[in-house]
Amino acid sequence: MNTRDTPKTVLLLGSSALKIGEAGEFDYSGSQAIKALKEEGVRTILMNPNIATIQTSDYLADEVYFLPITPEYVERVIAKERPDGILLAFGGQTALNCGLKLHDSGVLDRYGVRVLGTPVETIRDTEDRELFVGRLHEVDAVAPRSKAATSVDEAVGIAKELGFPVMVRIAFALGGLGSGVCRDEAALRELAGKGLAHTSQILVEEYLEGWKEIEYEVVRDRFDNCITVCNMENFDPLGIHTGESIVVAPSQTLTNHEYHKLREISIRVIRHLGVIGECNIQFALDPKSDEYRIIEVNARLSRSSALASKATGYPLAFIAAKLALGHGLHRLPNAITRSTSAFFEPALDYCVVKIPRWDLSKFRNVSRKIGSGMKSVGEVMSIGRTFTEALQKAIRMLDIGRHGLVANEQTEAEADLDVELSEPTEERIFSVVEAMQRGYTVDRIRELSHIDKWYLEQISQVVGIGAQLESGAGGPLHEELLREAKVRGFSDRQIERLSGVSAADVRTQRIDAGIVPVLRQIDTLAAEYPAQTNYLYLTYSGDQDDVELPVDNAVLLLGSGAYRIGCSVEFDWCCVNAGLTLRREGLRTVMLNYNPETVSTDYDEFHQLVFDEISFESVLEICDKVKPQGVIVSMGGQIPNNLAMKLHEAGVRVLGTSPESIDAAENRHRFSSLLDELEIDQPEWAELSDLDGARRFANEVGYPVLVRPSYVLSGAAMAVCTNDDELSIYLERAARVSSEYPTVISKFLENAKEIEFDAVAQDGDILVYAISEHVENAGVHSGDATLVFPPQRTYQETIRQVRNSARRIAERLNINGPFNIQFIAKDNAVKVIECNLRASRSFPFVSKVLKRNLIEMATQVIIGRRVDKFDSKVFEIEHVGVKAPQFSFARLDGADPTLGVEMASTGEVGCLGDDFSEAFLKAMISVGYRLPVRSVLLSLGPIESKAELLPAVRHLHEKGVEIHATQGTAKFLNDAGISATALGWPLDDEAGGTLDYIRSGDADLVINIPKNDRADELTNGYMIRRTAVDYNVPLITNRQIAMRFIEAMGRVQPADMATKAWSEYAIA
Amino acid sequence: MSARTSREGRNVADLVDQPVEVGAPKRSVRARLILEDGTEYTGVSFGHEGSVAGEVVFNTGMVGYPETLTDPSYRGQIVVCTYPLIGNYGVPSSSSEGERLDSSFESTEIHAAGLIVADYSPQHSHWNAARSLGQWLDAEKIAGLSRIDTRSLTQRLREHGSMLGRIEFEGDPVEQRDPNVENLIEEVSIKEPILYGEGQDKRVVLVDTGAKHNIVRCLLRRGVEVLRVPYDFDLDGEKKIDGLMLSNGPGDPKMADPSVQQVRRALDRGIPTFGICLGNQLLARAIGAETYKLKYGHRSQNQPVVECGTNRCFVTSQNHGYAVDSDSLPRDWRVWFQNLNDGSNEGLRHAWAPYRSVQFHPEARPGPVDSEFLFDEFVRMLSS
Repeated sequence: MNTRDTPKTVLLLGSSALKIGEAGEFDYSGSQAIKALKEEGVRTILMNPNIATIQTSDYLADEVYFLPITPEYVERVIAKERPDGILLAFGGQTALNCGLKLHDSGVLDRYGVRVLGTPVETIRDTEDRELFVGRLHEVDAVAPRSKAATSVDEAVGIAKELGFPVMVRIAFALGGLGSGVCRDEAALRELAGKGLAHTSQILVEEYLEGWKEIEYEVVRDRFDNCITVCNMENFDPLGIHTGESIVVAPSQTLTNHEYHKLREISIRVIRHLGVIGECNIQFALDPKSDEYRIIEVNARLSRSSALASKATGYPLAFIAAKLALGHGLHRLPNAITRSTSAFFEPALDYCVVKIPRWDLSKFRNVSRKIGSGMKSVGEVMSIGRTFTEALQKAIRMLDIGRHGLVANEQTEAEADLDVELSEPTEERIFSVVEAMQRGYTVDRIRELSHIDKWYLEQISQVVGIGAQLESGAGGPLHEELLREAKVRGFSDRQIERLSGVSAADVRTQRIDAGIVPVLRQIDTLAAEYPAQTNYLYLTYSGDQDDVELPVDNAVLLLGSGAYRIGCSVEFDWCCVNAGLTLRREGLRTVMLNYNPETVSTDYDEFHQLVFDEISFESVLEICDKVKPQGVIVSMGGQIPNNLAMKLHEAGVRVLGTSPESIDAAENRHRFSSLLDELEIDQPEWAELSDLDGARRFANEVGYPVLVRPSYVLSGAAMAVCTNDDELSIYLERAARVSSEYPTVISKFLENAKEIEFDAVAQDGDILVYAISEHVENAGVHSGDATLVFPPQRTYQETIRQVRNSARRIAERLNINGPFNIQFIAKDNAVKVIECNLRASRSFPFVSKVLKRNLIEMATQVIIGRRVDKFDSKVFEIEHVGVKAPQFSFARLDGADPTLGVEMASTGEVGCLGDDFSEAFLKAMISVGYRLPVRSVLLSLGPIESKAELLPAVRHLHEKGVEIHATQGTAKFLNDAGISATALGWPLDDEAGGTLDYIRSGDADLVINIPKNDRADELTNGYMIRRTAVDYNVPLITNRQIAMRFIEAMGRVQPADMATKAWSEYAIA
Repeated sequence: MSARTSREGRNVADLVDQPVEVGAPKRSVRARLILEDGTEYTGVSFGHEGSVAGEVVFNTGMVGYPETLTDPSYRGQIVVCTYPLIGNYGVPSSSSEGERLDSSFESTEIHAAGLIVADYSPQHSHWNAARSLGQWLDAEKIAGLSRIDTRSLTQRLREHGSMLGRIEFEGDPVEQRDPNVENLIEEVSIKEPILYGEGQDKRVVLVDTGAKHNIVRCLLRRGVEVLRVPYDFDLDGEKKIDGLMLSNGPGDPKMADPSVQQVRRALDRGIPTFGICLGNQLLARAIGAETYKLKYGHRSQNQPVVECGTNRCFVTSQNHGYAVDSDSLPRDWRVWFQNLNDGSNEGLRHAWAPYRSVQFHPEARPGPVDSEFLFDEFVRMLSS
C-alpha cells in the first residue's frame, strides 16, 4: 500500500470471553482501536460475545454483534455488513487465529476484505516456528536451537539430538498453552502428546536455564519508521511464562550496551518481518555473557502491550489502529503531552512492577507449579520511585491477604525452601523472603531461583527494615526509620504489624513529620518538557505534587483491582460507565485503580486517573489532596465495598447507599435479623466454632449443608457436606475451626432454582430492576451459572415474591444506588441467600439486554440527581439474553473441571436470540462448544440423573448421534432401547476404554455428570473430565446444561440462527 | 513472624542511610545540593566526599551512566539522572582495547563534576561489573548524592534553563563556578594528535572538541584511519585529509572560535566534513549561521528527529542546550534533520557539496543506535 487508502467499513474481532491467557487487555486494546477508527470516520463493526466489555458499549462501535468468534459466524457478519477492512490484532490469539482461517479459506478475498495493519504473511512468519527462525536468520538474529515436530516420536528424536532438558512449545497457542520443560523422555512424551492434540506442530528447543527474559514493545509504520516504546525485564528467569512472571519496567539490570543492542535487534527483526502496527518481541539474555536468543514475536496487541501502555502512558493500541489505517508515526501526536510527536520512546522516571494474580486455591487437584504455561487469571501493576515501593504496593494490590514482602501471617507448614525456590509456585516471592529470614545468603537464593541478585538485594533491604521495625517493637518509631520504611513501600498497617504502633498512630506520626506521599504525573518524558497529563500515581519519594490540588467538583471513584475469579471486566464496565455519567453530570472523576488490563485505567476516560492501591491508607491520602465531594464505592466490586465503613468512620463522605446500610447487608448477623424482621425467608444457618456444634446443627437442619469457613488452610474455601463424616473430615482437614475462626454452616437446598435480582433504588424506592434465572440448579456458584434474562422457566408467583422481598429490603436499607440480591426458589418458596449493596457482575449483561444502562441511573442516584422510574416492561422484550461462563481448565494442569459452590470460571459471554435455545446455543458456541454433534461420550452419574436425561439422550439417538457410554450408563441406555457402545472405566485400564476414545478425537462432546459417591468413581469421573479438557473435547458436567443443550440442538439448526446486530434487538 | 536476620545488628542510621558498600560499611554522610536560586536539597553521599561546583543539568536516559559520566560534553556539569534507580549494574572494568580506546567508557575519565540520583543502589549485579558506581566515583574524586527528589529538581532546572549549583559537604565550603565562561573545550581536548588504525587508505581527521571514544570506534569499524587532533590544531599543515569529523563537546559554541576558524579553512579546501552535536554548531558558525540557547535543552536518549523532505524518522541520543537557528542558514545550505518535538534544527547539509552535520549523536553510547548508518554515508563521501 503506497498511498493511504482509508477503508469505509472495518470489522474488528474481539477476543470473546476472558480466559487464562486472554483477559481484559483485549477489551482495552479493542476499545482504543474503535476510538481511533471513529476519529477517522470509519464505520466500525465489532464482533465480540463478551457482553460485559466496554468495547461492546453502544457509544463505541457503529454495530455490535454478540456472536461467536468463529470463521462461520464471522463470515456471516462479513456477508451482511460487507466491510472492506478487518482488524485482527486487537482480539488476542482468538481473533488472530480466526482471521487466519478466514484468509486461508478465501473468505476475505471473496468478500474483498483487506487485512489492515500487519500483513497475514508476517503473522504467519511469526506463528510458524520454522518460518520464524528462518526469517530471523535472514537478518543475523539468533533464535534458540530447535526443531519442529509433528509426532511424539519425532519430538523425542530432536530432544536426544539437542540433549535434555528441552523446552516444548506449541504453535498457534495462547498464553503458552501446553508448553513446558522436559527433563527426560517420559515427560516429553506426555507433554508432546497433549500438545499435538491441540495443534499439528510442536517445537522442541534448547532450554536456556536461568537466562534473563527481556521484552520490547515495538511499533512500526508503513514508512518503515520503527520505535520501541518500552522494554521490560522479567524478575523471574526464562522458563516462567511472562504472564506468570513478576515483570519490571524498564529493565533494571541491563547496561546501555545490552539495552540498545536488544533494541536494535528488535527494530531490525520487526522491520524485516514487516509488522505494521504494534508487536512484542521477547529475548533471552545470558546473565553471564553477551549472548542472547530471540524467543518469540507476537505480531498483535498483547497482554504485554497493555502493560507497556499503562507503564509508559503511550497508547499502543490507539496508535496501532491509526498505523493500520496508513498513518505515519511522526504525524500522530503524543497523546500525553499533546505537543510532541508519537514517534518517540517514553523516558520513565519511575519504576513499574507487574505481578500476576493466581487463583489456584479455587481448584481441586491443580498443580501449583508455575512455568511456561499460563495459570494466572489477572494482574496488578504498581508504580513507585523505588523498586521496593512498587513491589510492596503490588503485593498488597493482589488482595491475597499479604501486607507486603514482610509482616505477613506465617504459613503453617515448614516448607522445603530449596524446593520452593528452585521449583516455583505462585508463592515464590514469599519463599525468597522467608529464606532471607532463615539466613539464606543472597547468592544461595540466586543459585536456587536464578533471580537476579539486584532484585534479591533490594528485597533483602526490605527484610532488614522489617527486622528493624520489629526489633524496636513497642517503642516509638524513629522518624528516619519511618521515612525509610515508607520510601521502601511499607504501608501504615504493615508497620503496625511489625512495630506494634497502631496504623492510625503511624499515620499521625508520619504526617507530623511531613512524611506524606506526593501525586506524580506519568508524562512520558521524565519532566524534560512540561506536560498536562492527568495520569498520576502516589509515591513517598517526592517533595511536591505535580498537579494543582485540590480538584474542584471532584468525585473519587474506586475501581475493582485485579481481575480474579469472581471479579472481572464487568466491574470495569461499571466503573467506566459511572465515570462517563459523572462527566455528563458536570463532575470531575478521579479514578483510582491499579489493573493494567482495564479500560478504567485509560487516562483519557476520566478527569484524573490515579494508578495506585485501593486501600484505606491510599484513599485517605488521595482524599486529603483532592478533597473530593465524596467517594463512590459501589462500582468496583468487593474491594471498595469493604472500605465503605472504615472510610465513613474516618470522616470520608461515602456517596450513595449509606455505609451503615452496606454494613447491615455485609454483616451476616445483622442482615439475618433484618430479614427476620421483614419476614423474608432465608436458609437456616449458624456460625459455629467447634465440630460438635457443627454436627449438631447439620443434623438439626438436615444434610446436605454448605460450609463456609472463615479460615482456610488449603483447597476450596467452601464445600457442600452430605453427612457427618464429610463434615468432620472437611472441618478438621481443610478448615481450622476455632473461636477465632468460626465457620458458617447453612442448609443446602437441593434441586432448587437460583434467581438474580439486579436493581437500582433511590431513597429505598426501586427505579429499575432485572430478574434473571440460573439454568443450573442451586449448588453451582452464581458466577459459574448460565444466566437467562428475562427468565423463561420461573413461575410468576416466584417472580412476584422475589420482587416483593427486594422492594422491602431496598426500602429498609434505604438503598441509593445499585444492588443485587440472590434468591433461591423451590416450589414457589423464595429465600434470600445474599445481598450486595453495590453493582454486581450481571449489571452489564442485564443493562445490555434491556438496553437500559443501570449504572448510568445508579450513578445519577448516587450524586443526588432525581431519576425517573423505568417503566418496567421487562417481560415484554421480544428477545432473550443468555450469559454463559467460560472456563480455563485446559490451562490448569490437573484441575478437576467440575462445577461447585466455589467459582471456577474466568470469564463469560452473553448472547442474544429470538428465543432461549438460539441465545443459549450462541453462548455455548462462544465459550467453545462445537456443533454439530455427531458422537457423544456419556457418563450420566447417579440413577436419578440418568433417568432425567433419558428423554434427551433418546432424542440424540433418534437424530443419529453415535453414542458411547461408560458401563453403567451404557447398560441403562441399552435397557431403555437406546444403543450405546459401552467403554471401560479409566481405572480398569482396558484397551479401548473411555480415555482412548476421548484421546482419539472421535467424540464431539463428553457429558460426564459427577456422582457425589465413592472415591474410585470420583477418580474415574475425574480422569474422563480431565482427559476431555486436556484433549480439547467439549465437556458438560451439569445435568441442567446437558438437558438444555440437547434440547436446543434439536430445536435450532445452526444455519437458522440469526446474524443480528445488537441494535436489531429492539425493546418495544 | 520469625524475622531474625543477619541485618538485625545494624543500627537505624546505617539502614536509613543505606548506601553501604559490600564488605566496607561506612557511615552515611549527608551533603546539600545548593542551586544558584537558593533552593537546597539534602541527599546522602555515595561518591567522593568533597564539595564541588558546576552547572546543574539533567538527563532522562534510563541506562548508560558510565557512558554519560565519561562523555566530555558533561565537563564541569553536575548531572541529575531523572531515572531514579542508578547504580544497578555497577561499573565495568576499564580494560583497554587496542588503539588506546577504552572499551567501556567514552573517555579516560569522568568529566561530570558530580552526580545526583534518587535511589542509588549500592548493591550492583552484572557479570561485567568490576566495582560499584560509588566506588568508581570515589576513586575518581567525583561527588555523588542519592535520596534527592530528582523529578522536582528536574522541573526546576527545566523551567530555569540550566542553573549553576554546588554540592556542599559540611565544613567544606566551595565557591560557585560557572563552567560556561571557562574554556572547557581546551580542558577536554587532547593535547597532541593521536593516529588510530594506521595504514588504511582513507584518513579522517577528527577535531577533538571533547570527542567521545565511540566516534573513533565507529570510524575505525568502517576501515578508515583516524587522526584525532586538538581543537585548535592547524589543519593547513595536514596534506592528507580525506574527510573531516567535528566532534561533540561541552559548552557554548561561541566559545569555540579556534575550531570554527579551522572548519572554515577545511571547507575552503573542499574537504568532506561531518559534524556531530557541537560539531553541528561549529559548522553552522563556520558558514555564518547563528546559534542560540534553547528554552528546554535536549538531554535524553529519546529525541525524535525527521529527515527533512522524507518520512524517515529516528530516535536519537542528545545532550545540548544550544541549537542552530535554521532560519539563519546561508544560500545553498539546507536543514537536514528537524526535531519532531520542538521543530528545532537537528542537522545541516550543503545542497551539493559534501558538508553535513547533525545535532544528535549517531555514535550513541549512551542511547539508540538508529542513526549509526550516517557514518557509512560519511565514509562513502570521503574524497577519493
